[in-house]
Amino acid sequence: MSNKHFPRELEHEAIYILREVAAQFEKPAILFSGGKDSITLVRLAQKAFYPGHIPFPLLHIDTGHNFPETIEFRDWLVKETGAKLIVRYVQDTIDQGKVKEETGKYASRNVLQTQTLLDAIEELKLDACIGGARRDEEKARAKERVFSVRDTFGQWDSKKQRPELFDMLNGKIGVGENVRVFPISNWTELDVWNYIREEGLKIPSIYFSHEREIIERDGLYWPYSDYLNTMANEVPFKTKVRFRTVGDMTCTAAVISGADKIDQVIEEILSATISERGARIDDKRSEAAMESRKKEGYF
Amino acid sequence: MDILRISTAGSVDDGKSTLIGRLLFDTRSITDDKWEAIKTTSKRKGLDFTDLSLLTDGLIAEREQGITIDVAHIYFSTPRRKYIIMDSPGHVEYTRNMITGASNASVSMILVDARKGVIEQTKRHFYIASLLRIKHVVVCINKMDLVNYNISVFEDIKRDFEAIAAKVGFEGQEVKFIPLGAKDGDNIVFSSANMPWFKEKTLLEWLENIPVTENNKTAPARFPVQYIVRPHSNGFHDFRGYAGKVESGSFEKGEEVVILPSLRTAIIKSVYINNEEKDRAMAKESVVITLENDIDISRGDMLVKSRDGFKQWGELKATICWMDETPMIAGKMYWLQHGPNRVKAKVIAVNNILDIHTLETGTEKKSFQLNDIGEVALKLAKPVFADPYNDNPPNGSFILIDEFSNNTVAVGFVREASSK
Repeated sequence: MSNKHFPRELEHEAIYILREVAAQFEKPAILFSGGKDSITLVRLAQKAFYPGHIPFPLLHIDTGHNFPETIEFRDWLVKETGAKLIVRYVQDTIDQGKVKEETGKYASRNVLQTQTLLDAIEELKLDACIGGARRDEEKARAKERVFSVRDTFGQWDSKKQRPELFDMLNGKIGVGENVRVFPISNWTELDVWNYIREEGLKIPSIYFSHEREIIERDGLYWPYSDYLNTMANEVPFKTKVRFRTVGDMTCTAAVISGADKIDQVIEEILSATISERGARIDDKRSEAAMESRKKEGYF
Repeated sequence: MDILRISTAGSVDDGKSTLIGRLLFDTRSITDDKWEAIKTTSKRKGLDFTDLSLLTDGLIAEREQGITIDVAHIYFSTPRRKYIIMDSPGHVEYTRNMITGASNASVSMILVDARKGVIEQTKRHFYIASLLRIKHVVVCINKMDLVNYNISVFEDIKRDFEAIAAKVGFEGQEVKFIPLGAKDGDNIVFSSANMPWFKEKTLLEWLENIPVTENNKTAPARFPVQYIVRPHSNGFHDFRGYAGKVESGSFEKGEEVVILPSLRTAIIKSVYINNEEKDRAMAKESVVITLENDIDISRGDMLVKSRDGFKQWGELKATICWMDETPMIAGKMYWLQHGPNRVKAKVIAVNNILDIHTLETGTEKKSFQLNDIGEVALKLAKPVFADPYNDNPPNGSFILIDEFSNNTVAVGFVREASSK
């Protein structure tokens, strides 16, 4: 990992993919989490359809356990870009009795949000959901297609993936099926950061060094919040941290860091000995945690 | 910063994953947690070494069976460029995956076990690289440590391979031979002290120096229209832009273009790359083009230049590779997708099918099964604006889609065409 410039070819590729989505589907949406990858997607969509507006709404699946800074940023970005925002809440899915809140020390709503997403796809009749997943993130994602077809239950079948040849994308689907689209499949973590720097993109403040209450658990620094079930011996303490990847507050670990400028963040990533997903508590449940969730309809 | 895309194919035992692991290691592209994770898994599986294929064989089924099933994408970079390795399984039943992995590559990396020499699989990989017109082929003669770094082993394999290259390869293709020892890193990133007789570049040095942007000035200008941008917003009420990716050649402001299929002509008014106005658009760039006059243009149409010559094909002869479990049915209708242009097509003749084992073509077999490669004639309901693949690869391939299952069932390479 040593490139300090963004390869523009990746941007041309992503824009091509976004235009294929607009042309081949009737009701696409961008899955927007407020993290750096989905912020990158929004920028790419702005460019792909300039001087027109982004022809898709942003869909946020709100676990209710967000970092407040991410929500604040989301609302700012929507205002700034004029994009349409749709929010669906995991809390509603829980209240409807479709899923059950996890209990215990590791309780998180990360797995529950899949049901909320599938409900939203059905309700809004979405035929394509654009996500910011990258193949370098995780080994199951390394096998993912750009157009990833899901059955009527939203499930991913790794054995039935369509071959993708050259740049030709086949978005033909049957009734009730939908496609997950990954325009930044070929970007690495560093590509995203270099892009953010070169484009001067704004990102939530928690990506930069700030003082925060954290607890130490299993060798990771967890952000302390009301959503986190802590044990008696887990005493929160304050220190300077930042987040390298942002999910919700119960599945994202912080790194101790004083980097408060993007150049410093990039320097830290260049010299990091731990991968980005190393700070994702949701991936640590088992070796195949990601593949299992994808099979169930996770993006 | 440019990107070099490499396709590689091979089976577990020829040392492919060790080689890729080496590249990642020696360019410091693998993080401690990923290394720890595969070390733990290797131990749990009772292996006495760290199995680097665990890095790339990401699916549960692959790890259970210890085989690579699907194309994996592996990323690393040097200060000079970004690399994407498209790694696919090497056995004959995965021919479609090999073609998929190779379809975006500009380099083909073929592994040969120094003890075994050129085998059927080697020939097949090279055949596919040549079918796809991959210009740069590197033959990695691996496991040199197991043949005492013997120069004559290397020379013999090189001679055998060159004999095949003379038959299967094409003019302008570069085939490079490098003796390697992936286990200890010989000639991968660093020169090998064990093989002082090899004075040429190491694998990585060679990869670093491959030109990524080929001289494309003579390529015909091809711009398939992907999407029409009509903002209807303040300041852009009359804006009508044609969005797409330049497949080959270039387009400049002020130039005259011909629109296919209408054959009308127009002058390019402006070229936008993202939100910036530019003078010209080059191959591989996603752009928006506006024209001086209002013409009815829709998705699938193509902008070309009259001086380059162009045709509208109603019938095609093409080499196809069948990629679906369900065999091809002659006379059945399929969707043919050429870039953003999708038309109905029917196979009207099966001219020959290749025997993948002998690489000889035969005319007895008349139906395409999974992984079969051969030549067919297709009749199209509406014209496509393709070039013969060997003349202009970016505009010479297509896919076939089954209209009932919606699966991508074949990839095709245009050979010749007629306007019938």
